[in-house]
Amino acid sequence: MWQIFHKLGSPKWFFGISTRFMPWLLVGGIMLLLAGAVWGLAFAPKDYLQGNSYRIIYIHVPAAFLAQSVYIMMASAAIVTLVWRMKLADVFVKAVAPVGLVLTFLALFTGAVWGKPTWGTWWIWDARLTSMLILLFLYGGVIALDRAINDEKSAARAVAVLVLVGVVNIPIIKYSVEWWNTLHQPATFKLTEKPSMPAEMWVPLLLSVLGLYLVFGWLACVRMQTEILSREQRTRWVKEFVMKGRV
Amino acid sequence: MHPIRKKRLTIVLFLLVGLSVAVALTTYALRQNINLFYDPSQISAGEAPVDVRIRAGGMVEEGSVVRDPDSLKVAFMVTDYSASVPVEYVGILPDLFAEGQGIVAMGRLNNEGRFVADQVLAKHDENYMPPEVADALEKASKAGSKPAAVNAAPATY
Repeated sequence: MWQIFHKLGSPKWFFGISTRFMPWLLVGGIMLLLAGAVWGLAFAPKDYLQGNSYRIIYIHVPAAFLAQSVYIMMASAAIVTLVWRMKLADVFVKAVAPVGLVLTFLALFTGAVWGKPTWGTWWIWDARLTSMLILLFLYGGVIALDRAINDEKSAARAVAVLVLVGVVNIPIIKYSVEWWNTLHQPATFKLTEKPSMPAEMWVPLLLSVLGLYLVFGWLACVRMQTEILSREQRTRWVKEFVMKGRV
Repeated sequence: MHPIRKKRLTIVLFLLVGLSVAVALTTYALRQNINLFYDPSQISAGEAPVDVRIRAGGMVEEGSVVRDPDSLKVAFMVTDYSASVPVEYVGILPDLFAEGQGIVAMGRLNNEGRFVADQVLAKHDENYMPPEVADALEKASKAGSKPAAVNAAPATY
């Protein structure tokens, strides 16, 4: 079992295998996103209270969900960096941090656009919104810290520690709406209960979330491959790849 | 697993546990500052400070909204179904404001225990449904509020 785990850590092996399934991630992701968007924006019924303005949920929820999910993935990779010193884990953290930043920003932005017509305000300092803003700053901090340290190994460790410290914010975001009084409503989707939304509304939402996961996977692979090529540019396999166009 | 890696893993786990405990204690100690608003029970129990800008939140009590015919003045009761607080507000209310809906108001509590709001925000819940379903539910609940015998009748067949 450990052998497979260590093989996974080889940048060359990852480069080869990711090239193979990347097109599937992109095609599947775009198809799911399109299906979710068309169904959600044009065919799903409108809400009895909010009318059509609730439809921004089909962008807001996938972005917010992925933003947190990506951070959890980064934290898992950070543990691998700290314990196993695996290069690929560090490559992953560096590759996806900007993606997480954009997703968090998108969640905050669509939330503000949604908040104005429903709540009556763009922004309020309630626990959910504030903890999400902290997540945005965490992503920014990870990127900045990585850029600030020149030595690859020290940068990897410092970034991993920062990512791990920030992971306590994730349960706070998730449970903020239950632990404290907030303006943001509690979760519509719970693991143990049926969603408080009919199927013709949540199925397109599920498609969008899955689609965004796949597109994120594709984006992570592209960015990781670029990072691997620039780090391993002096190795023989990269030279061969550049000359022949394959691994 | 290599002993050095085991040691590193233990350190990482200790870091995570220690950090979680620290953050949990801090947020617990600051819970009143993190809470966005006071609920009506807290206000009527005297936990909210008088004449300080605070937020109050709860449901708009059914049948309590009184609009002034000549101005934008509105008065209503905010309740959490165990206590109610009277709220006064002058201004335009958000679209989602309605009896039975949740709101968060910002303002000051005066000496008579009335909450004078200068901003009212609508809070919506996590339930979404198509308008037809909402209508059907409303009809059903109206039918249900009539004598229970009407609903219970089919069961006797």
